[in-house]
Amino acid sequence: MMEMDVTVKNRAGIHARPAGMIVTLANKFGSQIFIEKDNDKINAKSIMGLITLGVLCNTTIKISATGPDEQAAVEALVKLIDNRFEE
Amino acid sequence: MPKSFTVLDLLDLDLKDHNALNLTCKAGRKGLSKAITQPDINRPGLALSGFFDDFNAKRLQLFGNGETAYLRMLSQQNSWAAVDEIFRRNIPCCIFTNNYLPEERFLQLAESNQVPILLTDLNSSDFTVRIIRSLADVFAPQRTIHGVFVEVSGLGVLLSGDSGVGKSEAALELIERGHRLICDDAVDIRCVSGNTLMGKPVNPALGHHLEVRGIGIINIAQLFGVAAIQVQKEIEMVIELEIWDPTKEYERLGTKDQTSEILGVRLPSMKIPVKPGRNIAILIETAVMNHRLKKMGFHSAQQFNQNVIEWLESENARTVYLRKTQENQFQ
Repeated sequence: MMEMDVTVKNRAGIHARPAGMIVTLANKFGSQIFIEKDNDKINAKSIMGLITLGVLCNTTIKISATGPDEQAAVEALVKLIDNRFEE
Repeated sequence: MPKSFTVLDLLDLDLKDHNALNLTCKAGRKGLSKAITQPDINRPGLALSGFFDDFNAKRLQLFGNGETAYLRMLSQQNSWAAVDEIFRRNIPCCIFTNNYLPEERFLQLAESNQVPILLTDLNSSDFTVRIIRSLADVFAPQRTIHGVFVEVSGLGVLLSGDSGVGKSEAALELIERGHRLICDDAVDIRCVSGNTLMGKPVNPALGHHLEVRGIGIINIAQLFGVAAIQVQKEIEMVIELEIWDPTKEYERLGTKDQTSEILGVRLPSMKIPVKPGRNIAILIETAVMNHRLKKMGFHSAQQFNQNVIEWLESENARTVYLRKTQENQFQ
């Protein structure tokens, strides 16, 4: 189990396009990956869950992963979010 | 339960018809951020008369006809000490039923103590029933679960399983076959009255969309009409989809009933293995129908087994009988 906090910095938060990017990236890993905001925890491989989480700009979310490539998965996702989804 | 539920959240609750609370704020708006920590009400009659032992300050303070009549009397006597004391006990808010607008002095005291004064047009007994019901819902144990929630033949079925196993596709086919979608992907589950699980979309504004690989996000309400959707539903069954694992043993007879646990409630559940050529929607439909039969007292698998046992017994009896008659003939 590997987890890391990250703050979303792009202005529009996680809307459909960033959510799509996260899900595509998450699906490249074999680990179970979850994203947590407040009390809600959703599967990072499912786009609808991620969008309904309603992550705004400057919200801190927790990314956690369990599985063979957990470290790489969490690091890759944190990097994607830190880079503001290449916006 | 949300992190903190404030008086403003109570005013914002979007409740309809027989659930509506019809609340409006008349004074003490500065106190709207006060947290409501107990899902219950208190009638402050005794406190108004000056008796504060065991006064339940954390609850919503409900002023009905009795309390307002007493307030009128206090107003005539111009004695506001008890009212002031109530306000200073850090109560979340005061609610007046029958749209009774309290005296000016009362409103001033509320304003200076920053206690919101809410009015409703309902009478006390109706309001009590509704507020208790609404707050029980707000304060119910809650969990968000990854899955697709559908209503199949009137029964709420939670489809769970790993991402990409085909939950959304199965749901789409179920909708096509006349069943209903409640939500895709993230299901907000609440345990009400200790043994009932209610499921609804995490975000009602984004509900009734389905994500299907290859097509994208589709709007079920627009594509299939309002008959294909449902706002919320009791969860009565869990069906877990998983990729067919040839090394794994799957249920063949169905004589034993499996259950799974969500928020401490046990629900009937089953695992359906997915592989090309298996029509998952029809399997789910059949599983649900079979479950309904079981609830009505007809257990297909057990009855089948019973029939087999009876048949074997009668065959046994026949052989014994035949052997006996044969033996008799030879004698």
